[in-house]
Amino acid sequence: MHTKTFVAAAVGLGLITLSACGSSSGSGGSADSRTVTLVSHDSWAVSKNVLADFEKQSGYKVHVLEDGDAGQAVNKAILTKDNPQGDVFFGVDNTLLSRALDNGLFQPYEAKGAGQIQAQYRVDQDKHRVTPIDSGDICVNYDKAYFSKHKLAPPQSFDDLVKPAYKNLLVTENASTSSPGLGFLLGTAAKYGDNGWQGYWKKLTANGVKVVDGWEQAYTEEFSGSAGGKKAKADRPLVVSYASSPPAEVIYSHPKPKTAPTGVSYGTCFRQIEYAGLLSNARNSKGGKAFLDFLLTKEFQDDMPLNMFVYPVREGAQVPPEFVKYGPQAKDPETMAPTRIAASRDQWVKSWTSLVLK
Amino acid sequence: MAVPVAFFALFFAWPVAAIVARGLKVDGAWQFGRIVDVVAQSDIRHVLWFTTWQALASTALTLLIALPGAYVFARFDFPGKQVLRAVVTVPFVLPTVVVGTAFLALVGRGGLLDEMWGVRLDTTVWAILLAHVFFNYAVVVRTVGGLWGQLDPRQEEAARMLGASRFRAWRRVTLPALAPAVAAAALMVFLFTFTSFGVVQILGGPTFSTLEVEIYRQTSEIFDLSTAAVLTIVQFVAVGAILAVHAWTVQRRETALRLVDANTTARRPHGAGQWALLAGVLGTIAVLLVLPLAVLVQRSLGAPGFGYYRALTSEDGGIFLVPPIQAIGNSLQYALAATAIAVVIGALAAAALTRRDAGRLVRGFDALLMLPLGVSAVTVGFGFLIALDEPPLDLRQSWILVPLAQALVGVPFVVRTMLPVLRAVDARLREAAAVLGASPWRVWREVDLPMVRRALLVAAGFAFAVSLGEFGATVFIARPDNPTLPVAVARLLGRPGDLNYGQAMALSTILMVVCAVALLVLERLRTDRTGEF
Repeated sequence: MHTKTFVAAAVGLGLITLSACGSSSGSGGSADSRTVTLVSHDSWAVSKNVLADFEKQSGYKVHVLEDGDAGQAVNKAILTKDNPQGDVFFGVDNTLLSRALDNGLFQPYEAKGAGQIQAQYRVDQDKHRVTPIDSGDICVNYDKAYFSKHKLAPPQSFDDLVKPAYKNLLVTENASTSSPGLGFLLGTAAKYGDNGWQGYWKKLTANGVKVVDGWEQAYTEEFSGSAGGKKAKADRPLVVSYASSPPAEVIYSHPKPKTAPTGVSYGTCFRQIEYAGLLSNARNSKGGKAFLDFLLTKEFQDDMPLNMFVYPVREGAQVPPEFVKYGPQAKDPETMAPTRIAASRDQWVKSWTSLVLK
Repeated sequence: MAVPVAFFALFFAWPVAAIVARGLKVDGAWQFGRIVDVVAQSDIRHVLWFTTWQALASTALTLLIALPGAYVFARFDFPGKQVLRAVVTVPFVLPTVVVGTAFLALVGRGGLLDEMWGVRLDTTVWAILLAHVFFNYAVVVRTVGGLWGQLDPRQEEAARMLGASRFRAWRRVTLPALAPAVAAAALMVFLFTFTSFGVVQILGGPTFSTLEVEIYRQTSEIFDLSTAAVLTIVQFVAVGAILAVHAWTVQRRETALRLVDANTTARRPHGAGQWALLAGVLGTIAVLLVLPLAVLVQRSLGAPGFGYYRALTSEDGGIFLVPPIQAIGNSLQYALAATAIAVVIGALAAAALTRRDAGRLVRGFDALLMLPLGVSAVTVGFGFLIALDEPPLDLRQSWILVPLAQALVGVPFVVRTMLPVLRAVDARLREAAAVLGASPWRVWREVDLPMVRRALLVAAGFAFAVSLGEFGATVFIARPDNPTLPVAVARLLGRPGDLNYGQAMALSTILMVVCAVALLVLERLRTDRTGEF
């Protein structure tokens, strides 16, 4: 499959012994200069051998602290910014970027390899407080089997979703508690504008959209195209998820299917970009800088997609064949400037809640 | 007394005060005006109303369904009783994320009810209420049943001999003795349902929101710390009021009971009525408690040849740095540490509370100890972050923080389980021992301990089980090389793909079995040598 199966057993054993001891220095951040501490959300993942390579080459030991979901991790980092828990923060996305920058979470650093970042992802060019690391598209996924069985073409755009043919088929997430749910709302706001999105949601509600709280429930319980949904006899063939979900359905199936059971409606996508940055007041800023450089290396960017189900931002990084085949990136996704998100998001979510949930 | 107070102040009061202050202090000045602003909002009032009434309804329903169960466990002897007692406790310790999934399989679309009668309860209040009963059944059975089993049935028989009707004898003799335990159980259930989070989120859909969910949203999603602080205070006041009322009722009802060995009070059921009662209780347990668990097991076996279980041992998932199977060992270590802390702190507190010379202040502390149950995990967790960040107490990344936070939730259980029994110990026994020259320590060891040993074990069992399934606090220090079982389950459910879903179900099943085994061991441990008295 890929090289991860050939992980050095020694590393594994070492880690197990460490974790069995269960002790830790109990220090915030990296007290000694040989350790670099990464603060992230709980979707952070990297292949062991790739991380081991960095440790070997740089001489730093990496300590990872996963601090809840994306929103929580950012909020905790802001709360503790005077006395941070680590040196580098990974995982603030464009919906939260302004909050992090306005609160002075990061100090400037231009990572080595910043020149290799695809132009569309570059931000904060004058100060370099954050570095883009990966991107993903929040899009409607459809259950192929359902649509071929009913001889119905799957919806391809936001406009399609409110057509009578697709009545009672879509399940989405609560915009106030779930990042794909918020992304979908922002996508409609970007598409229809400040004055138009509410009218769109009124139509969507009239067309029987179902809203559940989180992605897990929407995808594994309500969506008929997912493995969990099939078991649960789910009856919604459309779900708000990611462009990388169909590849995941293929990769995580036993035995591997010949083709993905689900597809992506590419006219419903919202682009999400994740950034990393050097925390203000980091104790080991030298190590933090080295780690930021590492996040942009070809080795890490190649390794990332199958670990976190995101797309690399580096020019020429490898995208796994399953991604290319079943879930390539959207060509023309909806996007929105972080400042505009910060200015309107709370108001939008509030209006959305009273419009859709009450 | 000093130890529990210090523990409580350091790991609860201070962090919570710190986070509330962060939300309500602007440039060093308290903004108490915010309280009025927030509470005046109509959607906040709506949340308050819903929180209260669903908690009341859940508590009533739980008592209604579980009290017969408590009676059956206390008074009847039937094969498999020990196993069953462990089984009914399992739901209580399962992470909400697992329970939500199981319940959807039961009452949701395509669930069992749907297939049999076309009934769907998900996104209705009924699903929430039933899940609350599922969670809290054990609280009533263990708290009330534990005491009920030790009440001497001869007292009731004596009343019957003196001409009281069966009902009257029960009302006059047994009920007053049971009342504190029933009140304690009801209070716990009310607290749990009042601060319910995961169940409401998963089963209620986004339309139902409790105070706890709202605090979480304001802190974690919206980052509006001042609103969160106000809501925390509101929840604090509400919980405090409930606890105060409860403390008062318990004090009014304290009587010295004659406790006997529970093994001598349980009989084989005889007569049609008793058999019917037993059958009814067993049927309820089968439908309400065992069925959702069975659904999980069935789904975990979905792959041929235990495929999901085999996948747990591989490091290929890329989610953790260790195979998910490692989470079991982590969970057990944390739970053992948390249990040890909770039992020591709880026992010290309970002993202090039952001393004759305990003043009003100390009695108030009893209620204070329960407060952690009524404060949201997210508040405490964020509080830890900003309060415990200076050496020598920079515990933010220390593994000890997990058992400490879990013990906070465990202590009240230990105290609540031990107090009714401790308070029921006849003080004259202690006095007699003291007169005969025993030191206070020795009095406790020779008089109290033999009587409360069983309560202590039950309490330890509870504390252990609570820690095992605890999710909220554990997430705050979730180091990827040290995930606990519930954290691992939540992670796996958070990723698409059949294998991850299956592994989550398999881990949930393992968690269930581990809990059941742990609880079963405790059942076996219960040496009922309650001394000669």
